[in-house]
Amino acid sequence: MLTTFAILTDGLVYAAYLFVVAIGLTLIFGVMKILNVAHGAFYAFGAYGAATAVGLYFDRGLPVAGGFLVMVLAGMALGLIIGTVLERGVLRLVYGKDEVITVLVTYAVFLILEDVIILIWGPGSYAAYEPLAAAGNLAIGPLVLSGYDIGLVILAAVLAVASNFALQRTRYGRLLTVVIFDRETAAAFGINVTVVYSVTFVIGAILGALGGAVMAPKIAVTLGIGVEIIVLAFAVVAIGGMGSIEGALVGSAIVGLCRAAAVHLAPQIELFVIYAVMALVLVFRPYGLFVRPRPRAI
Amino acid sequence: MKDHAVCKAAGATLAVIAAGLLSGAVAARAQQAPPVVKLGIVSFLTGPAASPFGIPGRNAAEVLIDAFNAGKAPAPYDKVGLGGARIDAKYLDEAGSTANQVTEFRNLVQRDGVDAVVGYVSSGNCLAVTPVAEELKTLTVLYDCGTPRIFEEAPRKYVFRVTPNATIDSVGAARYVVHAIKNISVFSGLNQNYAWGQDSWRDFVAAMKVLAPKATVDRELFPKLFVGEYGAEISALSTSGSQLIHSSFYDGDLEAFVFQASARGLFQRIPVVFTTGEAALLRLGAKMPDGALIGARGLNGMLAKDTAFNRWFQQVYTTRYGVPPTYPSYHMAQSLMGLKVAWEKSSTGKSAEKPTTEQVAAAFEGLQFEAPATTLRLGLGKGHQGVSGIAYGTYHFNKQDGKPEIVDVINYSAECVNPPEGSTAQAWLEGGMQGAKCD
Repeated sequence: MLTTFAILTDGLVYAAYLFVVAIGLTLIFGVMKILNVAHGAFYAFGAYGAATAVGLYFDRGLPVAGGFLVMVLAGMALGLIIGTVLERGVLRLVYGKDEVITVLVTYAVFLILEDVIILIWGPGSYAAYEPLAAAGNLAIGPLVLSGYDIGLVILAAVLAVASNFALQRTRYGRLLTVVIFDRETAAAFGINVTVVYSVTFVIGAILGALGGAVMAPKIAVTLGIGVEIIVLAFAVVAIGGMGSIEGALVGSAIVGLCRAAAVHLAPQIELFVIYAVMALVLVFRPYGLFVRPRPRAI
Repeated sequence: MKDHAVCKAAGATLAVIAAGLLSGAVAARAQQAPPVVKLGIVSFLTGPAASPFGIPGRNAAEVLIDAFNAGKAPAPYDKVGLGGARIDAKYLDEAGSTANQVTEFRNLVQRDGVDAVVGYVSSGNCLAVTPVAEELKTLTVLYDCGTPRIFEEAPRKYVFRVTPNATIDSVGAARYVVHAIKNISVFSGLNQNYAWGQDSWRDFVAAMKVLAPKATVDRELFPKLFVGEYGAEISALSTSGSQLIHSSFYDGDLEAFVFQASARGLFQRIPVVFTTGEAALLRLGAKMPDGALIGARGLNGMLAKDTAFNRWFQQVYTTRYGVPPTYPSYHMAQSLMGLKVAWEKSSTGKSAEKPTTEQVAAAFEGLQFEAPATTLRLGLGKGHQGVSGIAYGTYHFNKQDGKPEIVDVINYSAECVNPPEGSTAQAWLEGGMQGAKCD
């Protein structure tokens, strides 16, 4: 019973963390049909920005609650800046080009941004553990849950509800849905697709950076964290379906629970299980769980 | 007209004579100038392993090479450079794939013409470049990787490792654990899922079977290298009933695990042994849990013996970099010192002549020398693998001074934690550590 409960809670926490990162990635692909490899760099920048902000904030002995806000805002601000610069400076040049070219471009951007991180923050690692320590914990028998992890799950839930609301009930969300469905028809109806692209990319970058910012207190912010997360995010998006936010939610849940179960019950397959599940899903649903194949428009 | 021609001829003659004298002077000067020894220094300068290992190693190389070139290292290392020849170091980043490292090794030797290579943190890279070093007949000193397989799989002629292999970390850990936790009955492991983590755990379990035969293994967890999120692992360990957690984690993984586990109170219930924990103590400070059992991969850093030599090394390193050296710095220092001793042992005494690679390699075999805080002896791998003792202690953060401390330190001699010559580490452990001589 305790093990089952531990698997559920661990799976949920891991899923929350993956969802916050993957939602931006799937949004960008859904609208722009760009597989944004540089999303890992947004995550890394968000983490570094949050770690720097947390360090500066808590060095001044300011109230703990403000530290959480500073951490999130710092990460999101960096996502906004980098997303805007990239979209305006690089991606606009490759809109409409072959998908392989856009993947290569975003991969090149990712490598450049990894080196920019070294230029700004150096090769050392940064710690931003204060919010994690301040959030306390909740003991359920021998299992102790971190208050910070509970907060992460709540954040992911809020993000899921908010994104669903935004897509279904707001004007911009409906425009986004139309562009996702058929870009050319949307343009024919007078929707400024370029603006939609820009806004979507920046939102995706902000969400990627937010993922890094909220993870910063739990990890050592160091070189290479962007690489690790982008592989997992791709697995989540592949399972759920590229461009589907519900897919990102379910994909995150599947990956989180499978990994947690493996760690508790069969640690030898912990690495393998995520990608085994992904492969299994793709065998039966090549476009993911929530995306159906569509005939190509001529 | 005739005078003009004579003047021209005289001027041309003078020019030729002057050129001849000048080139002769240059040649003579070149003959007299001592040769330069080119060293390739390979270490992680970027990537996750840079901060805890690669950069401290690189820093130690810079400090020591500068001291050697200035002739300011303590005796017997006070001769300039290597045997009077100034050291010209080329630093290379170990980041990237293993295949890339092999290519870069070849470039160092064939393109850059280095006389020797000192480097490598990653056991994977060490295993990959070793056969290439033998093929290219290049003197190579591996400085920080731990796998014992380098000298167990095949005899080597040109490759050396002055620093001890990872076996001593696990055997030392096991010995200290049975001292610190009386009648231990259950333990678990959390190690990275690659050669280092797998080998560390395997050796620790084997040592525990000898030292605490009734103890059983509960959880064997191998998260991916640099995954950073350990929530499920912490839950699994929390619900395991273990009396100890063994971990060979380092760098960001170690720090992330400490942050996350501390927030969930894991260390208040189950003590942990960090075999490479010393390298993280200065960074973590009060965040490292009191009571953690700490190793330093030998007698290094905070577990180094207090000697004049060690004080000199700490002083020059700290003055230059603002932080004390940790064990990777000691490993690099020991490797360069070993190379210097071997080089000068094989030198003819004429500073203008460099010994051949074969001469240095022959001098290196079975070498014994003093390094900061310890005596190193190449006593395994037919004189190519170093052996030393190891120390373990218990962590305590001194709140009054605001400094990390390691207390209850126990030193284990080289004969206590190393297999004998001719035996592989695994066979020795599985055979009950026959012949181990402990104080």
